[in-house]
Amino acid sequence: MDHHIKVPISREDAKSLSAGDYVYLTGTIYTARDAAHKRMKEALDQKGSLPFDIKGNMIYYMGPSPAREGRPIGSAGPTTASRMDKYTPLLLDMGMGGMIGKGKRSKEVIDAIIRNESVYFAAVGGAGALLSKCILASEVIAYEDLGTEAIRRLEIKDFPVVVVIDSKGNNLYETAIERYRED
Amino acid sequence: MIRTVKIEEITKNVKEMCIEANHVLSSDMEKVFLKAVDEETSPLGRQVLCQLKENLKIAGEDMIPICQDTGMAVIFVKIGQDVHIEGGNLTDAINQGVREGYVEGYLRKSVVEPVERINTKDNTPAVIHYEVVSGDQLDITVAPKGFGSENMSRIFMLKPADGLEGIKDSILTAVKEAGPNACPPMVVGVGIGGTFEKCAQLAKQALTRDIEKRSSVSYVKDLESEMLEKINKLGIGPGGLGGRITALAVNIETYPTHIAGLPVAVNICCHVNRHAHRVI
Repeated sequence: MDHHIKVPISREDAKSLSAGDYVYLTGTIYTARDAAHKRMKEALDQKGSLPFDIKGNMIYYMGPSPAREGRPIGSAGPTTASRMDKYTPLLLDMGMGGMIGKGKRSKEVIDAIIRNESVYFAAVGGAGALLSKCILASEVIAYEDLGTEAIRRLEIKDFPVVVVIDSKGNNLYETAIERYRED
Repeated sequence: MIRTVKIEEITKNVKEMCIEANHVLSSDMEKVFLKAVDEETSPLGRQVLCQLKENLKIAGEDMIPICQDTGMAVIFVKIGQDVHIEGGNLTDAINQGVREGYVEGYLRKSVVEPVERINTKDNTPAVIHYEVVSGDQLDITVAPKGFGSENMSRIFMLKPADGLEGIKDSILTAVKEAGPNACPPMVVGVGIGGTFEKCAQLAKQALTRDIEKRSSVSYVKDLESEMLEKINKLGIGPGGLGGRITALAVNIETYPTHIAGLPVAVNICCHVNRHAHRVI
């Protein structure tokens, strides 16, 4: 079933989604990948705060290619989420709305998703040109020195994603493979 | 007869190939890709493949890289032994081409010092494999390699007794573990034999082979077909969201090895299996 969801995401909306749902996201999200997560953890340890309000907000694991003149962003598809697994439970416990990425998550992350009734979406890996068309604006808001790995605030419209892990912990990567596996 | 090639010409070609490879998939890749859309039975899998098809169209028309991970530049150079390179150092000329291609072509700079993680800011250095061959030409393949799939690649130092069954298990193990992380449908490059580093290089080279072309060695050709069939029964599917099309091809290269060993490297590439090829 197709859903249209506003981001930042409400807990009710997150809870309404099931693994396998096709969802179009519209609103504001933030990008962060490896280096930005490391910095965010250091910021929390030292100052106890993050460069943006994490509550309800969605992190998109993505580092874009440079934008050509007149365009908000370059190619902008998801990167592998599991590299951020070490930092994710903490962010979810602080109220992060959910994540957009691609690939498997650890048990600790799945437990944190269930605990916080959150959601993990996958965008299609390797569809960076197409996904860039759903990004209307992009602004670096922290760690500019990290280049492509800086934290960006993105305005997105009808950004296509699939629910991979829902608030109950159902995992599409596992169920879908079972359905199509031929022994 | 010695033929002279100027380094400026090498730099210019490498630059253009970096940009070309990141925006346009080679025709063999595109053809296999379109076939996959027809063969996929899972609705979500088909939806993913259609998105990827549309993505290729947008990338080429609007000059937006196919994938934001425009890779680390892997370059295979076959140097004819009758070529004389004039005007500077060949490796420098190639790296200059990568630098200009990535900076001027709006490609992402993804290369960092490994421990301190300081970005080199121009995507250099490239990883360059040289081979000296007969003739008076320079044969260059630029294959930007993304790391979502590179991270899922494996080397297995098997025992001779493991044999063909061991090789098959190794390939399936690598693909299963890669799953959705490697952005399926994948292209699977396999190197069998040689030494620790030789099999890895063979696997990488296998990825640059025309995807519709099978090995000329009869047992290798059979192994390629069998493994593709087995992989496509795993159920991983496009995007890892379930389906028939987990891999588009399995390309295998072999090389003689030592009596005591059987090295097998599995280099996984996502569906954006980029390579540009030119002969200078």
